[in-house]
Amino acid sequence: MTALISIAVIAPLLGAGISLALRNHPKRRDIAVLAGLGLPAASSHALLATVAADGTHTVAVGGWAPELGIVLVADMFAALMLPIALTTIFVVEIFAIGQRKARWGADAALSGPLMCVLTSGVSLAFLTGDLFTLFIAFELILVSSYVLLTHQGTAGQVRSGMTYVVMNLLASTLFLFGVAFVYSATGTVNLALLAERIPQLSDGVRLGIGTWFLVVFGTKAAVFPLFSWLPDSYPTAPTTITAVFAGLLTKIGIYAMIRFHTLTGMDDLGSVMLMVAAITMIVGGLGALAQSDIKRILSFHVISQIGYMLMGLGLFSVAGTAAAILFLIHIMPVKAVLFLLGGLIENNEGSSSLDRSGGLAARKPLIAVMFAVPALSLAGIPPFSGFLAKLAVVSAAIDASATVVVVAGLLAGALTLLSMWKIWNAVFWSKPVADPSPGPAVRNGIKTMHTATALGVIATLIVSLLAGPLLDLSTQAAEDLHDRTVYIEAVRS
Amino acid sequence: MSAALLLVVGGLTAVGLYFLTGRSLSRIVLGYSLLGHAAVVSLILAGGGAGEAPIAGQAAPQDMSNPLPQALTLTAIVISFGLTLFLLALAKRQRVLSGDDLVEDDIEDRRIADHDATSATASSDAEIQASATADRP
Repeated sequence: MTALISIAVIAPLLGAGISLALRNHPKRRDIAVLAGLGLPAASSHALLATVAADGTHTVAVGGWAPELGIVLVADMFAALMLPIALTTIFVVEIFAIGQRKARWGADAALSGPLMCVLTSGVSLAFLTGDLFTLFIAFELILVSSYVLLTHQGTAGQVRSGMTYVVMNLLASTLFLFGVAFVYSATGTVNLALLAERIPQLSDGVRLGIGTWFLVVFGTKAAVFPLFSWLPDSYPTAPTTITAVFAGLLTKIGIYAMIRFHTLTGMDDLGSVMLMVAAITMIVGGLGALAQSDIKRILSFHVISQIGYMLMGLGLFSVAGTAAAILFLIHIMPVKAVLFLLGGLIENNEGSSSLDRSGGLAARKPLIAVMFAVPALSLAGIPPFSGFLAKLAVVSAAIDASATVVVVAGLLAGALTLLSMWKIWNAVFWSKPVADPSPGPAVRNGIKTMHTATALGVIATLIVSLLAGPLLDLSTQAAEDLHDRTVYIEAVRS
Repeated sequence: MSAALLLVVGGLTAVGLYFLTGRSLSRIVLGYSLLGHAAVVSLILAGGGAGEAPIAGQAAPQDMSNPLPQALTLTAIVISFGLTLFLLALAKRQRVLSGDDLVEDDIEDRRIADHDATSATASSDAEIQASATADRP
């Protein structure tokens, strides 16, 4: 059990080190990266099974008491997130290997190891039991993302990378201030102890801390009005890197928010969250409609979808949190696969601009079919996972009679469908452009990329098929979060 | 809690935020380091009053200063040092590419805005890049 938890953090770091040492042997380097990502992905499924059977499990790193040391906590929420996130990264990395063979991908010697470091940060963010280690996990993720985003050093990447880096550095510094506030108010950074002590603080201090962390995690999650860094920076990076960023990074902000704000009982911030969620959904949806580049449309979708998860959390009910967790499970693979498909379209058309592409459905029917599945899922069309996740969020909101946010959610769904329709029309159905810009015609590796994308599409279908059991598990995770005693007792014992 | 240190935190934050709002990346680097220092000092402040060095056997436990925030601070300092260097590298790269180190606007955003305002006067990327350069302070 201890091994299952530790491996999720340690194996990717080992993979990063080994693949860096093997940087001159492309084959062996790729194997090291795949092992570093695949091993924790496989073991996290076993972890989910164990947690579902035996309940929350903890590892006290170095054997220190929870007040002093670092605790890794695998509760139902963390155990649900790990397999889906790690599997998504693994599939994207297979795509990246195909891309390297085709010679239009990221710089191989660096991107593989960096992806491993990022993965380790992702695992740590899910498992950590204290606020400062969460800060470290965020830094692990962000530092590797800064380098991934800018390491090719093209003018576009440096330009958009600067906005991304500066915004996230500011958020990280605010996080550090927040840790100082929490420590001086409670004398601990351990989440389980905070769950006991923060509700006893006076309202002013408690809400101050809650709002502060809402801003910190909100910047990471790109909610309105803190999203300006996202739609500019994501599209400039290579496909696989954007896929991982879009699939995971903003979701970790939401994860941290769900974890922190439910454990510390910030129910009174719910109405603020609902308002922010409604505006985020609408602004993201409208932003997507205005764009004329596939990757930019998809980036604005990242923003509008964040609104649904914030809406689930803002209700502060078990049903709402469970719906937000189910939405997280649905969105990670769907979003990543959509960006992979955006990369495939770009490869075939030589550009991701809607004006310069057309008639792809006749030339590449496989890509059209693979695009249709996650696109319809994201727009919330039955029977895909997106429909079920949105249904769960909206019905939880109707139960809580939060009418305004329900209307905003439905409207954002329509806007998403409309902008997906725009992509479909321009790329797959419109007449082929008379003189399509010549794409890089490297056949080698394209098969690997198609296989990886197909695997991703299958993963989203599996999530749709298992939506029932997954909702049950999410509900259990939400009950544990709102109950708080489960988490506290697991860490204390 | 020391009032002097609180003033230091306030001053560092104010100056840091002022620098962060600038367009030049070298000012942003300065702003980020000042803000980072403010965060670190406030972490130290959160640990309570000063005391003896927290080394086992050298002082009675009740006389020691709180070692935990110091450990946190050390980690935070290392991270912010590394990131400052990364920012400087980015500023250098931007200087090589464009001759200055200014943070630029989102070109695509500007294109869409121009498209709405004048419907297709600025069409090629080169023109937009030129207008973006002209508008800089």
